[in-house]
Amino acid sequence: MVKILKKNSRGVFIGGVVALLCSGSVAAEPITVVSWGGSYGAAQDNALFNDASKNSGIEINRESGASMSKTCLQVESNSVSWDLVVTGSGGAAAAAAKGCLEKIDYSVVDVSDFYPNLYTDYCVGSDVFATVMAWNTDKYGEPGSANAPKSWADFWDVEKFPGKRSYRANNVDGALEPALMADGVPADQVYEVLSTRAGIERAINKIRELKPHIAVFWESGAMQAQLMKDGEVDMITGWNGRFDNAKKDGAKVGYTFNQALLDYDCFAMPKGAPNKETAMKFLAEISKAEYQANLPFHITYGPTNKKAYEVTTAPKELLEALPSHPKNVPLMMPISLDWYANHRAEALELYMELLSE
Amino acid sequence: MPISPDIETPMLHGQELQSQKKREEWVLLGLSLPAIFVIALVVILPVGWLFYLSFVDGHGNFSLEHYQKMVEYKSYARVFITTFKVSALTTLICIVLGYPIAYFLAALPSRWSGIFMLAVLLPFWTSLLVRTYAWLVLLQSKGLLNDLAIQIGLWDSPVKLVHNMTGTLIGMAHIMLPFLVLPLYGAMKKIEPDMMQAASNLGASPVRAFFSIYLPLSVSGLVAGALIVFVLCLGFYVTPAVLGGGRVVMVATQITAILEHQFDWGAASALGVVLLLATVLVLYLAGRFFKFDTALFGKR
Repeated sequence: MVKILKKNSRGVFIGGVVALLCSGSVAAEPITVVSWGGSYGAAQDNALFNDASKNSGIEINRESGASMSKTCLQVESNSVSWDLVVTGSGGAAAAAAKGCLEKIDYSVVDVSDFYPNLYTDYCVGSDVFATVMAWNTDKYGEPGSANAPKSWADFWDVEKFPGKRSYRANNVDGALEPALMADGVPADQVYEVLSTRAGIERAINKIRELKPHIAVFWESGAMQAQLMKDGEVDMITGWNGRFDNAKKDGAKVGYTFNQALLDYDCFAMPKGAPNKETAMKFLAEISKAEYQANLPFHITYGPTNKKAYEVTTAPKELLEALPSHPKNVPLMMPISLDWYANHRAEALELYMELLSE
Repeated sequence: MPISPDIETPMLHGQELQSQKKREEWVLLGLSLPAIFVIALVVILPVGWLFYLSFVDGHGNFSLEHYQKMVEYKSYARVFITTFKVSALTTLICIVLGYPIAYFLAALPSRWSGIFMLAVLLPFWTSLLVRTYAWLVLLQSKGLLNDLAIQIGLWDSPVKLVHNMTGTLIGMAHIMLPFLVLPLYGAMKKIEPDMMQAASNLGASPVRAFFSIYLPLSVSGLVAGALIVFVLCLGFYVTPAVLGGGRVVMVATQITAILEHQFDWGAASALGVVLLLATVLVLYLAGRFFKFDTALFGKR
């Protein structure tokens, strides 16, 4: 009898908890926020998602494995379960062109303090990163020292800097611009040259010239970090934040912002997202300067909200290491989304041709 | 002469047996219906859907643009050649390594063969991804193997064992080996040891006995195993992607690139269709040299 009572009381207790949870979620359904794995997703959890969820009362399901192709698949098969998805700016532009994304409601999301060009109709910038050239500091010296590599021409110069290179695999994003700069095209004319088939081929040929020295083609940010940690290659292209984190883990790696490609990641909303309105409110919350100000503590990607530089408590050295810091921006070349929208497919075919040789 | 009932009865039995056989066939068909239904649902329908998608352009109209692209850009032909080359080489390595292993296992008394079989099966049960990354750790230029070889003076500077075709083949052969050894071992177990003794009684040298008795009897298992290895290799993604260092581009790699970066289901489907047709063609040609049904379904 006692046993039964105990069991019953436990049942009542569980029932009560379930009821409480249910009543809580009537106010706001939990929204599904999808990001990437590794140090990137963890940085967003710590800087943005956890605090914003607490302060706004919006519950979130956090998932990993964000991808615009999966987003489009959900939209095309009418089974959208994601509300906010992290993506590269180019991926967002391509997905928007395919009709996979919801328009951002800028009466809810306040971007008045954002850098211009870091948000579009379909996505709101989350952080600024740079595609840089990085190298083994034991081999070529610390960044800024007299003999260290300084430009893409140095990346291609295997006589002055002999050693193994690594370049991007199976994806043309950020692969052609460095080749043209190494070939002597000024940064502000790169996309003009790339707007013709001959220009794309010129860039591909420049990479073909370097190919015998490319020991490995990298596929992901995690792989960039691993290759440098293991000393498998001596010079590599990649994302600045991954190299900073690899350096923290003991890798002998350094990089320069000179001639780097300035790009950004953003949050996009799949068309027909199940909790559109709540998700829009959450997007407005995480775009506030107060959360973005915490991002530099976890990964060296810069805020997209200018005000974050004013309110952040991060030390000066850390801020000056960010790609969107005013000191660094003039050194770099901004990515052109227009070019990617119009020429990416053709460029990718030609790049795959080079890789399959 | 009146027809004796002795003759009629067997005829009646014959008819009865035949109708009974028919009934049994219907029952068997009934029993396999769920499986047929599942296969139709999860294999034939989706493959048919992919086939359809490969003929549709971005605006939903009939088009051959995906197939035209495969002719226009040289990468597609190259990727198919690489895929078949890697698969054929992996199969060859598996045969060379796997045949002696299976022979050894089949020759051992069963209580020992069980233990050695575990050595074949244990890696088989380990995650493919784990084994692939383990090879990366072993083979890379500052990996265990290069370190060891340099320390004992085998070579002076690191040898490139991975991020190329060599590494891909090492990893794939290791992963595929059990698929060859298991059917081969089964075929070898069925060979009566007495036959080899009979051959030597009749004066055949061990080599002669092996080539004219043992090898022909085990070839059915060998062909079955080689076939499984070859076909599985054609669709491999992870191992060439990790150990090939971006230099070994297989069809699966290209399909991923198209899906991840262009969201183009039609183009990816077209690649899948061509891979399927090429595979069927290769198997058909190979089938003219070997009788696959005897290899796969046992002696008729």
